[in-house]
Amino acid sequence: MSEVRGFYTLWLREIKRFYRDRTRLVTSFIQPLLWLVIFAAAFATRFVLPANLNYQQVILPGIIGQTLLFTAMFMGINVIWDKEFGFMKEILVAPISRFTIFLGKMVGDSTDALLQGIIVFVIGLALGIPISPITFLYALPIMLLITFGLVSIGLVIASFMGNLEGFGAIQTFVNLPLFFLSGALFPLKGGSLPSWLTAVAAWNPLTYGVDALRNVTLGAAWTPLQIQPLWIDIGVVAFFDGIMIVVGTWAFTRMK
Amino acid sequence: MPHAIETRQLTKTYGSLKAVDSLDISVDPGEIFGLLGPNGAGKTTVVSMLCTILKPTSGSATVNGFDIVREANKVRKSIGIVFQDPSIDDRLTGRENLFMHANLFGVPASEQKERINRILKLVELEDRADDLLRTYSGGMRRRLELGRGLIHYPKVLFLDEPTVGLDPQTRDHIWKYIKELKQTHDITVVLTTHYMDEADRLSDQIAIMDHGKIVVLDTPQKLKETLEGDVITVRANNIQALSDLVNKWLGLNQTHIVDGALEITVRSGKAVMPRIMELATQNSIYVESILLREPNLEDVFLHYTGKSIREDTSKELHGASAARRRAIK
Repeated sequence: MSEVRGFYTLWLREIKRFYRDRTRLVTSFIQPLLWLVIFAAAFATRFVLPANLNYQQVILPGIIGQTLLFTAMFMGINVIWDKEFGFMKEILVAPISRFTIFLGKMVGDSTDALLQGIIVFVIGLALGIPISPITFLYALPIMLLITFGLVSIGLVIASFMGNLEGFGAIQTFVNLPLFFLSGALFPLKGGSLPSWLTAVAAWNPLTYGVDALRNVTLGAAWTPLQIQPLWIDIGVVAFFDGIMIVVGTWAFTRMK
Repeated sequence: MPHAIETRQLTKTYGSLKAVDSLDISVDPGEIFGLLGPNGAGKTTVVSMLCTILKPTSGSATVNGFDIVREANKVRKSIGIVFQDPSIDDRLTGRENLFMHANLFGVPASEQKERINRILKLVELEDRADDLLRTYSGGMRRRLELGRGLIHYPKVLFLDEPTVGLDPQTRDHIWKYIKELKQTHDITVVLTTHYMDEADRLSDQIAIMDHGKIVVLDTPQKLKETLEGDVITVRANNIQALSDLVNKWLGLNQTHIVDGALEITVRSGKAVMPRIMELATQNSIYVESILLREPNLEDVFLHYTGKSIREDTSKELHGASAARRRAIK
């Protein structure tokens, strides 16, 4: 019981801190807008797509994936912040397990990232990108599933790092390869991409996250280009989440 | 009555450095136990082990009857900690910080509201409870941390350097709280400090620590009485020569040079003072001032460790941090 309450209070803290950071919420509108409007307009003709798909439709799930990734990784900063300003000590001496501590932070941060993802989805709809609003309900749990693993990466890295500067450098080092190699900006199948690129992308968990989002938002139109059927996508993402939760708990256990 | 805290040969080593060396202490329930020593003496390491943050290299200890290694969770539930460095979330309000603590430490939900209101009253932060912590002053934050440590009704409260960096008025205030808390909550307090006056004012028992070991342990009163006598402080133009002369005359090594002044501990200061003046005049040493006073804890510390606590702290700072410290002074 006390573990559940510990989890809840740590989760709530992440939500409150996020909610109070208004500037981040406002700026989170800008970046996806730039991608969906400017980038999409410039590159729409570069990719050969089936007639029933337009480029904006294809990159919207990709940009949602990107937002989830960047926000999730950014959340690691909170851990370093907590370490630097001492609050981590208060949590670490509490009589609750490190698994609960990790889970509370991870799910809390994932909830924050999910909110950012939802904002992008809504922007997409507002821009008139032809996506059925009902698919939103299917996309939601998938988005959450994607963030669990990604937030965990950020938390694990942060638990090893001593300062903000170092984390910033590593963050870019993780963010961009995961983003570019996930097929977020282009379909991995059906084009004439170099085989090394698709081979590397196959090892990227975000590839399957983005593919799952496209499977549910684009439906049958996406099937010819899909990497895997939806259930395999979800299976891969869930498997990755499981591994990262184990690694994260271990990383938090050795944190002092 | 069982001890609130008991350690047996408690040791923590880092490589070849013995941060805490075979510590044997026992603290009775309801007492304020002061751990006094310079920075780096091992006080925080002792507290960290007792709070189950650090695992001892060897030896064992119990807190409230629970083993600090095997029953760490039970220890954690039964203690409160106020860390040396701030450990509150400054983006939450005072009340939110307290609620979070109550949840983390398993305080029943039905009691949380009332307990938190009482704590806020105790530390006089009722009117600021719903403001973000970042708007609090240093003293207010410290008070909130003190209050926070009490929400789950701990039997032992650890205070690690509770008043470092606070102004004299706030320190006075915090001391008042600590004494009040001990009485109203019936708890045992372990206090680490490198402030003599703090240890003296608050502690029922003081353990002086140096290089990971307890040098002496007694009540503040008894510690001061062991020096049996007076302290004479002399300022003169040739301190070293005067020191040698006095030592030779007394036949004992009972002098220390502290901050450029000679300190002599003797049984009867009034009888010795004229002789010191004589010695100085005969050897044409010019005495600038001479002072007689009762011994304080600073003298006790000097007596047992052979150095001044302030002198020692400044020596440990090198390079950039030393420069910064000097700039602040």
